Amino acid sequence: MKKYRNWGFFIFLLPVLLWLFLLIVLPHIDLLIMSFRFEDDYGELTWGMANYKEFFGEPIYWLTFVRTAIYSLVVTFLTFVIGLPVAFFITKVVSVKYKGALTLLVLLPFWVSELVRVYGWMILLRESGVVNHLLLKTGLLAKPVEMLYNDAAMIMGLVYTTMLFMIVPLISVLDSLEDELIEAAFDLGGNARSVLFRIIIPYATPGIVSGSIVVFMLTLGNYLTPNLIGGKNSLWFTEQIYNQFIASFNWNQGSAFGFLLLILSSLIIWLGLKVSKQNLAKVVQ
Amino acid sequence: MEYDLSVKNVTKKFGEFTAVDSVSFDIVNGHFFSILGPSGCGKTTLLRMIAGFEHPSDGTIEIRGQDMKGIVPNKRPVNMIFQHLALFPMMNVAENIAFGLRRRGTPKNEVMPQVLTMLKRVGLPGFEQKRIDQLSGGQKQRVAIARSLILGPAVLLLDEPLGALDLKLREHMKVELKKLQAEIGTTFMYITHDQSEALVMSDYVAVMNQGRFEQVDTPSNLYNQPKTPFVAQFVGENNAWSGVVEKREGNIVEITTSEDHQFRVEVSEDINPSSTVDLFLRPEALLIEPDPSLTDINRFDVVVNSILFDGASSRLLVNPLNSDKEIIVALPQNKQYDHIKPKDKLVVGWSEKAGICFAKR
Repeated sequence: MKKYRNWGFFIFLLPVLLWLFLLIVLPHIDLLIMSFRFEDDYGELTWGMANYKEFFGEPIYWLTFVRTAIYSLVVTFLTFVIGLPVAFFITKVVSVKYKGALTLLVLLPFWVSELVRVYGWMILLRESGVVNHLLLKTGLLAKPVEMLYNDAAMIMGLVYTTMLFMIVPLISVLDSLEDELIEAAFDLGGNARSVLFRIIIPYATPGIVSGSIVVFMLTLGNYLTPNLIGGKNSLWFTEQIYNQFIASFNWNQGSAFGFLLLILSSLIIWLGLKVSKQNLAKVVQ
Repeated sequence: MEYDLSVKNVTKKFGEFTAVDSVSFDIVNGHFFSILGPSGCGKTTLLRMIAGFEHPSDGTIEIRGQDMKGIVPNKRPVNMIFQHLALFPMMNVAENIAFGLRRRGTPKNEVMPQVLTMLKRVGLPGFEQKRIDQLSGGQKQRVAIARSLILGPAVLLLDEPLGALDLKLREHMKVELKKLQAEIGTTFMYITHDQSEALVMSDYVAVMNQGRFEQVDTPSNLYNQPKTPFVAQFVGENNAWSGVVEKREGNIVEITTSEDHQFRVEVSEDINPSSTVDLFLRPEALLIEPDPSLTDINRFDVVVNSILFDGASSRLLVNPLNSDKEIIVALPQNKQYDHIKPKDKLVVGWSEKAGICFAKR
């Protein structure tokens, strides 16, 4: 009986292990090896840290790197600031019968592929786009303004793209927050501010952290939105990696960049968990 | 007399539905006042209006002589113990109790000593660092009470807080809550659907039904002298008959019930011959095989249907001869009645003074 159970356990675990090993671990080992190889002056592949030295030596690389990290944090924070009131409204303010429909409305845009949604934004914001057209018609603008290809548009696009991944965990955590708790806080002399910062946010912390991790990782590794909405000036680190692999055909340099991005995201998430006093196993539940 | 809470003609309507219908009462300082009623009778709505979470459609609520109209919950001198206690799970015991003091801006160095004193008072010294999920049901109860009492409310409002506890602990907490209230002297307003909780703990109980108060009285008066048929049936167990008054001799009326029993009952109310009445009788007022020498007793024959053994509150379920009507008779466990078995024929009787009669309206 015991033996049988062990076999069953192994059979169900096998696909996961294969997937992890073949598609994640193996390629990463190869990338790690590649990142420590470079062409020396004679065009021979040799071992060394040259790829990493290149990164720190060239300001455009590490500035893009820092910029990507900071903007990803900003995007994460903005999705939280917008997502919390939305999730609170859906779970606590409206009557229960509209809850499902409203959650569906949040979900609905994600039925469409990210590419299509981003082009949607571009149709709205470009120089000959809908927004410019309306502003010109109403006389608010004398001549059209290019609204795409700047940092603000790019951040807005990223916030929009990742919003769902913040709202869904927030809805599920706020769902379990009993109204009694909020009433009790008011009853004991709390005001809107202290209820928000002492009750709602501390209670929702596991949801906030898990939402933030997903949003942060998706933003940091996003390629499409910064590239299309941010344009040439977007300077997202994924574009640097893409350039190394595809444009320069320097896989070794690209691998090194890829690993640096992996280390960066791990480090920031570790810091975030430390600061919010959460542990990863609990947050991903 | 000083009143901590005074409610005058308070009405609450939700659309067409009247949840609380022109209710008035006063609570004397330091009393334990309960509102007893079936679920949906409007008692929770009434409590929430006093706490400030609902607004009366009409009438006034005064706390310590001050009108509460337009005053938000966090500015009212009352605190509430919620049905599920609503302890903050992300804070430890001390932080929970200190929550109100911190919101009030009590100086930091005064908060902790007060919390520790309060914990000692509710019998939980040394619990300040415990997490909420480490506490038992009874301990949570006490933390919730400490968290409210530390603010020194004029009235402590309790919304059926014992409902979630198991029977044994509930019995224990009843006594404890009463003791605690007597010790600290704060006015308690307690709402419940459990008559035993209300009767054991309260100085005064209001019985509420369909948004109205049926009777406000001491627990013993509610039990012994119910003023309405609803109170007679809701508080304690009662056997009920309906019948017609045949004649009246002084305080005694003779009634023929719909099952054709002839009963003589002493009444205080003005009940005239040929009016229809409801007659109520406590199970413990029914004597099994009453001594033939006793006078002023209504006797009738019954068949034992079943014996409901429940220790001190054991009962007999009997049917009058040739009738399906079930009558509950208290069965004292003093060995005297051990011979009784189902299907036995018995004579039961009750004193003319024991019945309670209400004229049907």
